[in-house]
Amino acid sequence: MSASEPLHRQLGLTDDELGSIRSTLGRDPNRNELAMYAVMWSEHCSYKSSMVHLRGLPTEGRSVLVGPGQDAGAVDVGDGIAVVFKLESHSHPSAVEPYQGAATGVGGIVRDVISMGARPVALLDPLRFGPLDEERNRWLFEGVVAGIGGYGNCIGVPTVGGEVQFAAAHTANPTVNVMCVGVAPAERLVTSDREVHEGSLLVLFGAATGRDGIGGVSVLASNTLEDGAEERRPSVQIGDPFAEKLLIEASLELVDRDLLEGLQDLGGAGITCAVSESASRAGLGAELDLDAVPLREPGLEAFEILTSESQERMLAIVHPDRLGDVRAVCERWGLSIAVIGRLVKGGGLRATLGGAAVADVPARSLADEGPVYTRPMAAPAEVEDAIADDPTFATVTTPPDEAFLAVLGSPNVASKRWVWEQYDSIVQGGTVMPPGADAALVRIEGTLKALALSTDGKGRFGALDPYLGAAHAVAEAARNVACAGATPLAITNCLNFGNPERPEVMWQFAQSVRGIADACRVFETPVTGGNVSFYNESGSSAIWPTPVIGMLGLIEDHRLAVRGAFTGNGSWIYVLGETFAELGGSEFAEVVLGSLAGRPPALDLERERRLHRLLIGAARSDLLESAHDCAEGGIAIALAESAIAGGVGFAVTLPGDQPGHVGLFSESASRVVVSVAPECATELEDAAAKAGVPFTRLGETGGPGVVFDGLFETTVAEIAAAYEDAIPKLLAG
Amino acid sequence: MSEGRRPKIGVVTFPGSLDDRDALRAVRLMGGEGVGLWHADRDLRGVDAVILPGGFSYGDYLRCGAIARFAPIMDEVRGFAEAGGAVVGICNGFQILCEAGLLPGALIRNRQLRFVCRWVDVRVETSVSPLSADLVAGEILRVPVKHGEGQFVASAGDLDRIERDGLVVFRYCSPEGAIDEPHNPNGASNAVAGLRNEAGNVVGLMPHPEHAVDPDVGATGGQPMFASLLSSTLARVSTA
Repeated sequence: MSASEPLHRQLGLTDDELGSIRSTLGRDPNRNELAMYAVMWSEHCSYKSSMVHLRGLPTEGRSVLVGPGQDAGAVDVGDGIAVVFKLESHSHPSAVEPYQGAATGVGGIVRDVISMGARPVALLDPLRFGPLDEERNRWLFEGVVAGIGGYGNCIGVPTVGGEVQFAAAHTANPTVNVMCVGVAPAERLVTSDREVHEGSLLVLFGAATGRDGIGGVSVLASNTLEDGAEERRPSVQIGDPFAEKLLIEASLELVDRDLLEGLQDLGGAGITCAVSESASRAGLGAELDLDAVPLREPGLEAFEILTSESQERMLAIVHPDRLGDVRAVCERWGLSIAVIGRLVKGGGLRATLGGAAVADVPARSLADEGPVYTRPMAAPAEVEDAIADDPTFATVTTPPDEAFLAVLGSPNVASKRWVWEQYDSIVQGGTVMPPGADAALVRIEGTLKALALSTDGKGRFGALDPYLGAAHAVAEAARNVACAGATPLAITNCLNFGNPERPEVMWQFAQSVRGIADACRVFETPVTGGNVSFYNESGSSAIWPTPVIGMLGLIEDHRLAVRGAFTGNGSWIYVLGETFAELGGSEFAEVVLGSLAGRPPALDLERERRLHRLLIGAARSDLLESAHDCAEGGIAIALAESAIAGGVGFAVTLPGDQPGHVGLFSESASRVVVSVAPECATELEDAAAKAGVPFTRLGETGGPGVVFDGLFETTVAEIAAAYEDAIPKLLAG
Repeated sequence: MSEGRRPKIGVVTFPGSLDDRDALRAVRLMGGEGVGLWHADRDLRGVDAVILPGGFSYGDYLRCGAIARFAPIMDEVRGFAEAGGAVVGICNGFQILCEAGLLPGALIRNRQLRFVCRWVDVRVETSVSPLSADLVAGEILRVPVKHGEGQFVASAGDLDRIERDGLVVFRYCSPEGAIDEPHNPNGASNAVAGLRNEAGNVVGLMPHPEHAVDPDVGATGGQPMFASLLSSTLARVSTA
């Protein structure tokens, strides 16, 4: 981008897009209008490259109250309770300024949930960075984790889970996703069905508007990061979690007292987005008085006020009769409040500043009539070669005990305690299962119900086969929730990809969306919303195609939840599911063989579903002492983590028909390691047989030892140290 | 607890308080009556004891607790404490009590310079405090901490006086009760987790007993602390 470029291109609009703005307006747009279209038609806001593919996702289901298209999706969990949830990316700002980038990511997703009228009850953070042996990656990792904690810990919403993965493909572009979950009485949800009246007031409350985050969605989030990205720091917003906490309480009080016709958060594209969407949804237009907007500093220009992404602001639609009450609530919470306009007949969005008209465009054209592209797609050539080079049958010379410690201490597998101890995971008093488990479990206050939450992405699998990688991500997220005994209900997603203008990236995207759609259909977990993050690349290196799935599950009685820790001596250990020789894209292949190749494990969605049903039924009849998903590192790691979590050792014999390393580290899908009291073993076997899930008894829990019969022996203490110390050691440099 | 009146425990909500609802829930769960108090009011609504809850009052801008101590309700809390009423500061509440001069010392950034959320063990050092009245020195309780600025420090003179007068109420310890560095989550001087005033009616602590009363969400080391608060409060108001 250079200063000699025409303004529309500097703002991220193409020549064709300028053409359609001209034909909509019947004239040339002025500078302010151009800025408004640039943010609203940005990839980030308009989904212009992804929309044609996203239409293939299943979005309907019995329990869905609000599907895609609003600030967040909502699901009915019974007893008149709605659960609102959404996952979003803040990768681009975090790559430029990790602390504020991540912090404002938390703030933004929390406001999406409160704008639905729900109290935020949980946060989860799926994160991906480059390897920790590089100093810049450590800076990004430490900054992002501190930013999430610095913001999340101040607003009284527990951070209960997420994931942290490392891969060279994320060196230039870390992936920072944040999920927020909220709870509301179903009848009080603030949805677009609410009646909105002509003449109702547009009321801005919360923080003042400043120059931060100008063009965040267009300049920053809808572009690749090239050299000099630091110069884009002015496009990163600055967060004030204290203001956010006040915003949460004030917003929920306004909703509780039924004082609002509508509520919208101000995030990407600022006032332009909130006002044009509100007006367009109501089939109305809006008059906007920019002089009324409280400013942090004098002298902001119209386009700056219209597109600023200053944080901690909300827009309420208020009937004039209710304005006094609304003002009183905001003032009680110490928030500034301003009437900045009103909804009017016709569809025009007119803004004035200093008495002069500064913009006059159809609201719909901004919010709903952005361009839609069917971009060219092409499978990348190198994928075929990578698949052909499968490490499954490579000669392995590393002794199994060394391989085991290498995989266990790999940052992808090792304990993330260093991360989640920096998050308040217990505020609100409902965290039944804290971070570190397959799924987090959060009780719904006043009931026995609990939400089971998991976020999962399968980067390596996706790099080798984006369709399969995406389907695996959904399967693993559902499995994690089912391990706790909860029924998977619905998903949200964050689709993290490179530059959609490259046919290879677009192909990866289409494949991934198809994988999500197919898995969600079989699991009956509709997609209630999500976020697309493109342009995660620098130079020619894009991140791996990484759809991250945020799964919402429900358990009716949290006292029956199953944990991933061995509970004592003498329990029988089983693996549910079958192990095949599948090391393609596995942790073992990368860590021990140095291979990022092969065919990812096969996935039979029906078989996976049968496993979920078995786990949910077994939890309901209180059959299991522990259940833990087999994922990265295979059975060996699932056993190790169950032992470390419980402080209880085990002795197992792996089936003898496979080489030792295959039995230990294969990442075949649809498997779970469980332990049961011996007297319950028959009942479990019967249930598994009836459900059509193959099972194998591996051995027994007990003692301080970790024994893989015929392969190697160690102790819980030794493996716990390797598991816990790995990330702190890497950070020590 | 004796029949009849349930002790009324007030919990102050400052802008930015986070664990206020949790403290009210814990009071209810343990058999007391929780009463919400508002920072801008000059009214303790007739409560028998006051809790200043955890959180980030006023964003903890400037310094933790430094602004909250000027809140209108703090005049009432100070008067209530001077009259012998039980005042408990949890986490941010502890910081506010130190800023207000109701407790000695200060709380600075954790030694590791990172926020820490973790279950810890604390050893009861004295039964002279509203939170330990029913407890015996040497008892070990499991409770969570979650703070970025919980490292207790005091001048050498203050620290001497604190130890000499037996003002330390809780110390971080190993599960067996040993005081050692690995079990000190923030580098606090003398492993101080909780502290009382000379009169014994004001107590502050960094751990969160209100998050340790419900067995469904963790250990229950907070139960005996709340039980002490309720029974000592009741004893005081029934003899008053």
